[in-house]
Formats: sequence, structure tokens, C-alpha cells
Amino acid sequence: MSWITKTFSSSIGRKIVMAVTGLFLCTFLVVHLVGNLQLFNADNGAAFNAYSEFMGHNPLIRTMEIVLVLGFGFHIYDGLVLAAKNRAARGNQRYVVDHIEQNSSWHSRSMALLGSIVLFFLIVHLYNFFGSLRFTDVPRDANGNEDAYALVISAFKNPFYVVLYVIGQVALLYHLLHGFSSAFQTLGLTHRKYTPAIKYIGYGFSIIVCAAFAAMPIYFYFFK
Amino acid sequence: MAGSNPNAKPMNLTLKVWRQKNRNTQGGIVDYQVKDISPDMSFLEMLDVLNEDLLRKGEEPVAFDHDCREGICGSCNLFINGRAHGPEPGTTTCQLHMRKFNDGDTITIEPWRANAFPVNKDLSVDRSAFDRIIQAGGYISVNTGGTPDANEIPIPKEIADRAFEAATCIACGACVASCKNASAMLFVSAKVSQLALLPQGHVERKSRVENMVAQMDKEGFGACTNIGSCAAECPVGISLENIAILNREFLSAKATSNNLA
Ligand code: HEM
Ligand code: SF4
Ligand code: FES
Repeated sequence: MSWITKTFSSSIGRKIVMAVTGLFLCTFLVVHLVGNLQLFNADNGAAFNAYSEFMGHNPLIRTMEIVLVLGFGFHIYDGLVLAAKNRAARGNQRYVVDHIEQNSSWHSRSMALLGSIVLFFLIVHLYNFFGSLRFTDVPRDANGNEDAYALVISAFKNPFYVVLYVIGQVALLYHLLHGFSSAFQTLGLTHRKYTPAIKYIGYGFSIIVCAAFAAMPIYFYFFK
Repeated sequence: MAGSNPNAKPMNLTLKVWRQKNRNTQGGIVDYQVKDISPDMSFLEMLDVLNEDLLRKGEEPVAFDHDCREGICGSCNLFINGRAHGPEPGTTTCQLHMRKFNDGDTITIEPWRANAFPVNKDLSVDRSAFDRIIQAGGYISVNTGGTPDANEIPIPKEIADRAFEAATCIACGACVASCKNASAMLFVSAKVSQLALLPQGHVERKSRVENMVAQMDKEGFGACTNIGSCAAECPVGISLENIAILNREFLSAKATSNNLA
């Protein structure tokens, strides 16, 4: 093995991959959210469809899509490898009495579970929208753009999807309540002056982003 | 007993103790009753009472590690009622006093649990993995010759204090025992940052962190998920800041050292 593969298969190396990809996925969330906020426009989806058409065909976005898939891929792969190694490190004999809840928070201990719920949501989410838009012929709106807005309306008529999407966002919320500041700690980006601020920015980021995403299915189910 | 409180009422307790013959046998919890325990006793003295009872009855005493009994050697490692070194923050097991418990309590006592810390017998575990990590860190180059003048190397007080804080780690392993990933990163980070903060540690700075992390992984400790159980249970209060320093040191060593292996 070269020093590069050795670095990234070490415990800290894998953690660094988790942190870098995790923060990259956070920037993706911002872009995705800002675009999707157009769903709340009172224009029957004209702006949203135009945006969605642009995202589907712009070469720069299509390139970034590959980076995004790689980001998710490494994050999920290393996350699951680390979770398996960490489980094995504790050994088969567990504590008979364990009060770990007295020294740490539930969500910080449940990153793999929360991540897996997010992953399940993600697969359904890709099937609902990305799959239809990329691989099937979707009717066009008055401006000649693929009518993604109509897909959103029809998906969120189904209460099963609404509930699943909200659960997905709650899982993401808890994943990020720990993950955002944790990534800075992993990268060694700590400072007695700035670390407390990073913690609160992380809380704010997680709550705002996840609440805004969760509002979309709820809004469509009840008001469209 | 010197300084004992004559009004303190003796306690009767039920102990649930992990008993295991050796590394290769399956262990289990065994119940014992101990009577007339003074609240002024330390936790280890309470176990001494149990062992004397067992010896009188012709039974095998409970094996547990201890040495200094004053909170500095790091050998008295017991997982008490679901917490490393018991429920008191900032205390080793030998400094935990029975006055923190009540008459009639049931106390569960288990050994540290980690693949890298196999159980020798009962409550005693093999922590030689820590020694091998320290060995992997290697030596520190110092100039021989005449005695150097005092304060020849100026070190800002704030840095000296931080290095000293890291140096207070007693290698007890409570961080590993309390971490759900059995990660040794708080311990390793204390050792790495203690030397990385000081100019004396700079000659072997890169190889030290590379080798110690490699050994830590080889021993089968888990990876830190920044949960914080370790720092909460550490008897000397080693902070998570050290883990950030460790990661920084590791990343910069990997990026810039001449070690291609
Ligand atoms: C948009 C989606 C996601 C975002 C923004 C995200 C973000 C993050 C961040 C910032 C961290 C902290 C990294 C660190 O502690 O250094 C993290 C950790 C983690 N993520 Fe995700 N994540 C996402 C999806 C997923 C998915 C789908 C999985 C699937 C299994 C997953 C599994 C994990 C695990 C296991 C950890 C803990 C790793 C560790 O600390 O060892 N995440 N995530
Ligand atoms: S860091 Fe704290 S808990 Fe871990 S070995 Fe050192 S003294 Fe013990
Ligand atoms: S016996 Fe030495 S620290 Fe407890």
C-alpha cells in the first residue's frame, strides 16, 4: 500500500473523509434547498420547472452531479466501514449494566442509524423525482420545461411519502446536530474562541435546513 | 480509622461482580453480600473486605488491579454501575468513597470492555496495548553534554500549562472503557499533544504521531465519533481539544513527512 491509501484507510484518515464529505454534503443541502424554495412561489411551478430544467442540462451542474455521487459514495462507504469496525472494537461481551446515556447524547451515538434512515429516504427520494425526470418522458409545462412541479404535487398527495419525507428530515436533523460541529473537530479546526460559535451555527444550520425541507411535503399535502 | 466519622452508619451492600477464570473461559456475574462497610472506606477497601470474607470461606478472591491507591498510577480500573470509575466525575476507582453509596444498594462491578483489553481474570484486564502504543511513539532526541541552563528554551506559560494538562493522563483506559467504539483516541491524543506542544518534542514530531496512530489501529481500538463519553469519564479531565490536536498533527505529518511507507 502506498502512503496515500494507508492514510485514508487509517482510523483518522477515514474520519477525515467522513468530515470532508459530510461538510461537502452540507453545501449541497444549501444549494438544493435554495432551488427548492421556489416550490413555494405562487406561479404554479413556472420558476421551479425552469430551475429544474437548468439543473438537469447545465454541463457544470452535470459535472458537479458526479462529484456529489462520489461524495455520497465515500461518506456512506466509510461511514458503514467505521461503524462495523467500531462495533467490533468493543468486543462480543457487552457491559451488563451500561449507563452511557449519562455521559453522552443519544444522537451522537446513533450516527450510523440516523445516516441509514437518511439513506433509505434518499433512495425513495431519487426514485420519486430524479428517476422520473432523468429516465422517463415527463409532460412539459406552458414554457416547454419538463413539469417537475406536477411530479411534486402528485408525490405529496400520498400521505405515506409525506410521512417518510418528514421522518427523513428528522433523521437528517439529528445527524447534523452532531455531525456539523463534529466535522470541524475531526478536521482539527478547533479554537477556544470559535468552537462555541461553530456549535451554535451547526444547530441553527441543521434546524433551518431540515425544517425548510420538511415544510415542502407538508405544504403540498395540505395546500395543493 | 484516622479522620473517620463516628456517626457514619455502616452499610450492607449487594455486589454483582464479573467473575472469569482466565482469558479463554466464559465469565459471568456472581452475587455477593458485604456487611458493615464504613462510608469512609474507599471502593477498593470495600473489595478488600469482600476478598477477606471469601478467603475465610475458602473461596477464590476477586482479582482486580490496583497499586498506588492515591489516584496517580491508573491501575484501579473498574466499571461500576455502568460507568468507568463509577458515577463520580473526576475520580479514579481508588479515590471513590463508599459514602457516595447508600445502605442496601446493589452495585454492579465489571472489567473494562474492549477487544484490545482482554480480561486476564475477573476484573483485571490486560492494558499492554497502551504500552505498545507508547513504545511505537519512540524516543525524544535530547542534547547530551553539560547541564543546560534553566529556562534556556523559552515556552509561553499558556503552552506549558496545556502540555502539562495533557501530561496528567494516567493511562488508566477509562476513555476506552466508556467509549461505545472502544476508541483510544483520548489517550493517544493526550500523549501526542503533550509532546507536540513543546519544542523538545519537535524533532520526532511527525514520525511519533504516524507510528502511534498506526499502532493504535493495529491494536484494534475503534475510531472516535466525537461523542465525548471519554472526556466526561476521564478521571483527570483530559479534554477533547487534544483529539483535535491529534487529528491536526496526523494530517500534517501524513501530508509532509518523508515517510513513504
Ligand atoms: C445529506 C446527507 C448527509 C449529510 C449532510 C451528512 C453529514 C455528516 C457529517 C457532517 C458528519 C460528521 C463527520 C465527522 O464526525 O467528522 C457525518 C457523519 C456520519 N455520517 Fe453522514 N451525512 C449525510 C448522509 C449520510 C448517510 C446517507 C449515511 C449512511 C450510512 C451517513 C452516515 C454517517 C456516519 C456513520 C457518520 C459518523 C461517522 C463517524 O463519526 O465515524 N451519513 N455525516
Ligand atoms: S485520557 Fe483520561 S481516561 Fe484516558 S487513559 Fe488518560 S487519564 Fe485515563
Ligand atoms: S490504584 Fe493507582 S490510580 Fe487507583
